[in-house]
Amino acid sequence: MQPPVLIITGYGLNCEAESRYAWERAGAKADLMHVNDVIARPDRIHRFGALMFIGGFSFGDHMTSGHVFAHKLRHHLRDELGAFVQEGGLILGVCNGFQIMTKLGLVPAVDGDYFKPSVSLLQNDCGSFQNFWVRVRFESESPCIFTRGLTAMDLPIRHGEGKLFPKDNAILDALEQQGCVPCRYVDPATGEPTREFPHNPNGSVNAIAGLCDPTGRIFGLMPHPEAFLFPEQHPLAEFRTREADPAAHGDGLLIFQNAVRHLNEA
Amino acid sequence: MAFRIEIGLRSGLRDPRGVAAAARARAVLGLAVKRCQTRDIYEVMVDLPAKKQREVMRAFTDPVAVRSALGRLPPPTFDWMVEIGFKPGVTDNVARTASSLVADVIDRALSREEAVIARVQYFFTGGGLTRADVEAVAWNLLANRLIQTADIFTAGEWASNPVEVRPAPVPEKTRLDLRVFDLSGSDDDLMRISREGTLSLSLDEMRAIRDFYQRPDTRAKRTAAGLPPWPTDLELECLAQTWSEHCKHKIFAAEVVYRDEQGREQVIDSLYKTFIKAATAEVAKSRDWLVSVFTDNAGVIRFNEQFHLVYKVETHNSPSALDPYGGSITGIVGVNRDPMGTGMGSELLFNTWGYCLGSPFYQGDFPEGLMHPRRIRDGVHHGVIDGGNQSGIPWVRGFERFDDRFIGKPLVFCGTVGRLPVTLGGKPSEKKSIRPGDRVVMVGGRIGKDGIHGATFSSEALHQESPAQAVQIGDPITQRKMYEFLMEARDLGLYRAITDNGAGGLSSSIGEMCQFSGGAELELIRAPLKYPGLQPWEIFLSEAQERMSLAVPPENMKDLRDLARRRDVDISDLGEFTDDGFLTVYYDTVLVGQLPLRFLHDGCPRLRLEATWTPPCVSAPRRGRKADYTGTLLKLLAGLNVCSREYLARRYDGEVKGLSVIKPFVGRRADVPSDATVCRVVHHDHAGVVIAEGINPFYSDLDTYAMTASVIDEAVRRIVSAGGRPDTIAGLDNFCWPDPVLSPSTPDGAYKMAQLVRANQALYDVCTAMRVPLISGKDSMKNDTQRGGRKISIPPTLLFSALGRIDDVRRATTLSFKRPGDVIYVFGMTHDELGASEYVRLLAATQGNPAAVGGALPGLDPAGAMDDYQALHEAMREGLIAGSHTPTLGGLAAGLALCALAGDLGAEVDLGAAAGDLREEDALLFSESNRRFILTCPPDRAGALEAHFRGRPLFRVGTVRDDDQVHVVGVKGKPVVACELARLRKAFRGTLWGI
Repeated sequence: MQPPVLIITGYGLNCEAESRYAWERAGAKADLMHVNDVIARPDRIHRFGALMFIGGFSFGDHMTSGHVFAHKLRHHLRDELGAFVQEGGLILGVCNGFQIMTKLGLVPAVDGDYFKPSVSLLQNDCGSFQNFWVRVRFESESPCIFTRGLTAMDLPIRHGEGKLFPKDNAILDALEQQGCVPCRYVDPATGEPTREFPHNPNGSVNAIAGLCDPTGRIFGLMPHPEAFLFPEQHPLAEFRTREADPAAHGDGLLIFQNAVRHLNEA
Repeated sequence: MAFRIEIGLRSGLRDPRGVAAAARARAVLGLAVKRCQTRDIYEVMVDLPAKKQREVMRAFTDPVAVRSALGRLPPPTFDWMVEIGFKPGVTDNVARTASSLVADVIDRALSREEAVIARVQYFFTGGGLTRADVEAVAWNLLANRLIQTADIFTAGEWASNPVEVRPAPVPEKTRLDLRVFDLSGSDDDLMRISREGTLSLSLDEMRAIRDFYQRPDTRAKRTAAGLPPWPTDLELECLAQTWSEHCKHKIFAAEVVYRDEQGREQVIDSLYKTFIKAATAEVAKSRDWLVSVFTDNAGVIRFNEQFHLVYKVETHNSPSALDPYGGSITGIVGVNRDPMGTGMGSELLFNTWGYCLGSPFYQGDFPEGLMHPRRIRDGVHHGVIDGGNQSGIPWVRGFERFDDRFIGKPLVFCGTVGRLPVTLGGKPSEKKSIRPGDRVVMVGGRIGKDGIHGATFSSEALHQESPAQAVQIGDPITQRKMYEFLMEARDLGLYRAITDNGAGGLSSSIGEMCQFSGGAELELIRAPLKYPGLQPWEIFLSEAQERMSLAVPPENMKDLRDLARRRDVDISDLGEFTDDGFLTVYYDTVLVGQLPLRFLHDGCPRLRLEATWTPPCVSAPRRGRKADYTGTLLKLLAGLNVCSREYLARRYDGEVKGLSVIKPFVGRRADVPSDATVCRVVHHDHAGVVIAEGINPFYSDLDTYAMTASVIDEAVRRIVSAGGRPDTIAGLDNFCWPDPVLSPSTPDGAYKMAQLVRANQALYDVCTAMRVPLISGKDSMKNDTQRGGRKISIPPTLLFSALGRIDDVRRATTLSFKRPGDVIYVFGMTHDELGASEYVRLLAATQGNPAAVGGALPGLDPAGAMDDYQALHEAMREGLIAGSHTPTLGGLAAGLALCALAGDLGAEVDLGAAAGDLREEDALLFSESNRRFILTCPPDRAGALEAHFRGRPLFRVGTVRDDDQVHVVGVKGKPVVACELARLRKAFRGTLWGI
């Protein structure tokens, strides 16, 4: 059984190839569809078990990242997306996709209040786009389906605007209490969350690296699991014995496998 | 009524853009700026009711992070405010995005009269800041006079300044103003016409054009067609573009009379044919994977049964000198279109970049009108970062070389590797064909005066009056949309041929394409314009970015239009391809030009150039002798050409697409540059591509022959060092030269031309001996600046870029020391070859005579070298090699230091074992001899490795330590370097950290 997954493309989103490969390697069947084609016939999204908003630079990150693409979705697809969430579908967003989801209000959606943005992702404290690997810890108390059973992994970050900023402290408390923080940046030496660069690459509050909704079915994160599908993509792979084992994979694949397992069980 | 929206961060939020501006004002200009806060301003030139205006404002606003207002948002307390915007007509990517957001809100596209203008406000506080200080901030840090505006206000001035929305520009209808150039005058008249029109046509060329128009058959034909006897502006401009050095490579096509140091004379019938093309033809006899070389926008080689690889490297030097950000972003986004327009259109995989610049720490004076090298460097990096990142194409290689002769013209190399399916629609994908009757279709954005004369302008030296409109600003998102559209159209088989619109715009792309069918007929009024007022010749020549040209069978037009509409991409049908032998151009049904293709493409008279080689007399610095070279090694590692570039490189996305294996930085801390980069080509295949380069402008001061041999060897060695197969390596040559044509302003032209000849001789000799074919190349031949009575010429520079195949990326090799106890080897002979080396240039500079870089340059026996490389490759396949490094700048000493830093492990090394006949410590440590590797091997495989290399110059020199100490013993058996890793790392990383 290959559950169908829809990857939405267009306007500068650009991680479609590796995202499709990730889903397929995890056992799903992934289709790419341009957002304008989705808008033209929005009912088609209900054929899919999961949607993915991929990374990239939608609209060049102009007017803050994800903002304009999110507006497009809100304007044209709000009802269909709302129905998709209610039906129990999965949504994954990575990097720009996560930014789009926060600007749309799909995460954290505390108290199930979708489409009301309550957090934003601001420019990194260091002031610039950065690409390097970080260590991410997964929180076992989060209901997040994508991170179920995972403890920690290394993943690359590639963003300029990843500093999570809640509208107010009440929101921050609520999203922490409702398990909406499935992953945090940690200092690899201690395994503990940190606000220090470079382990926390953007200065995110509570070292938040990703958010889910209270159901755990809607999940977005800044680091790129789809960029760690092969063991040799890890920066320290050169120091490990390289196995020619065809089943060997990078840790990022586990997030996609969790989603596919859920879709197959559902 | 137009309206204004102001947007500012909520108070208390950190404003990184303001923080950076304040920090740079303090650091670069030494100003007492206390704080800077920024705002985004949008002027929406769309007539909307108040309710809709508020809706637009809300759509522009992130409710969590910002506050916004229609009209004016109360400003923060400030002393000075600078408002930066673009001049009318300059591409403004933010405004373009804002326009599409407005369109979404009002559910219709904006009309041509409607627009959004975007600006940024910087509010500065700081006691004692004067207007002159703020002007310096505005023009030296924030804005570029050529393309931007900056308005400066005190708090009082801003408070009393009414909220201003500039009225929307009133469109004026274009009145056709066709000029005709009478060429019947004197030679002086001809040259005046060339000069005044920035045509860059020589007297011979002007005469050839005159003679053509005077021919009775030309006259008769033109009279019959209703054209004036002399060329129209469109015709003359089109000829100047097509015949420009940039497009025609006249210097490489010239007949050259070369005299060597013994006075022997040789007549060379085109450097390109004699050396470059001939080398590839020779190599092609034993390499069966060449698919399409030198004929298309990029070179094409076979990768596997499914895919070809496509590679092109370009330069964008002159525009980057005038506007480093706009010039370089156009460079990277522009070179993307080369593979995109190769064959039936390639998918884009990887970007490469490299810059030759003046020192960012330069303190001397520089000619008026040029920018400080630090500002050029910042802008160039920023442009290529934005261009690559926003396009979703990872960088895989990047380098910088610094020499103050690049102050006049920075060299900005940008390359793109693509992937082309072997067949498309059942046909070979590298083949293009066009049939008469196919439509001429332009894909992409609107045309403005952007970049007019780019090709002719880049074919001459920069001078004070260099045209500002020669600068374009690329828009990666518009191009990305076009790219995705084209890939879909390609897979649907909607077009028959594709090429990119680069230098020369339509005149060049259609001029070239129509050779396939034998002609074309265009109606330029159908081309979409950014603003009215463009004459036909300007439409024809405009280098407005993000455009490609297609040949489309008429029956496919409907489907193509439909796809374009769904993908939000503009296309225009400009006419049709014909077979009448003419390029014919109408504007609103008026014939404005007609050129026979034969004259257009073959009518340019050939240059005849003098080249005289006299080996330069360059004195050498005093080398002296020291007991300890640790200090020297630290200085070399800290040198601008060797030190770590990680700080800025981290801002480039290197991992999008998920294909990277060996990345540009490797090692325990991912902070040491890799010898070569290794990537998959498709996700599901373990075979991959290895990418590297060689460049060394410094050697050119002594001899370009040895320079060329060395850079080829460097690129090839790097590929092999990472695990690439020696029999799969292909090369690209990018020549950047100072003007080598003897003239009153270039009295040493014959010497510079001889340098070019010698570089080409080496290219032929080495590529044929190594059996490395050249698959693509480019030349940029006028890299001089003449300003304020001073001429600055770059050192002759050849970038040799290389690609190779690796059968299994999981077996790729890096330089890092892997495990304590691993045995260290030097493979290859070290000679006293210190001429123009990092070491000798350091000594020369320290001794106050930086030009005294004399000494022997590295030699090369290319066939012997390749045999060694094959042996190393086999050792790698047998799993005998744990680490491999290609020592280059700074020699074995710097090479060992990098291996140690990458592994975060020390080493105990006796280089005396690898000294051969050498007696000088400094030569052993720092000589930059070719054909060498530093290898490591697990101790239990050392015997097998030594047996494998029997009969070859393999020297066991030491072992990897389990601590942080690097100890090197020299020729005389005494320690010459002793240092801990922390000091090496500090030297290596410190110089450009934070810069």
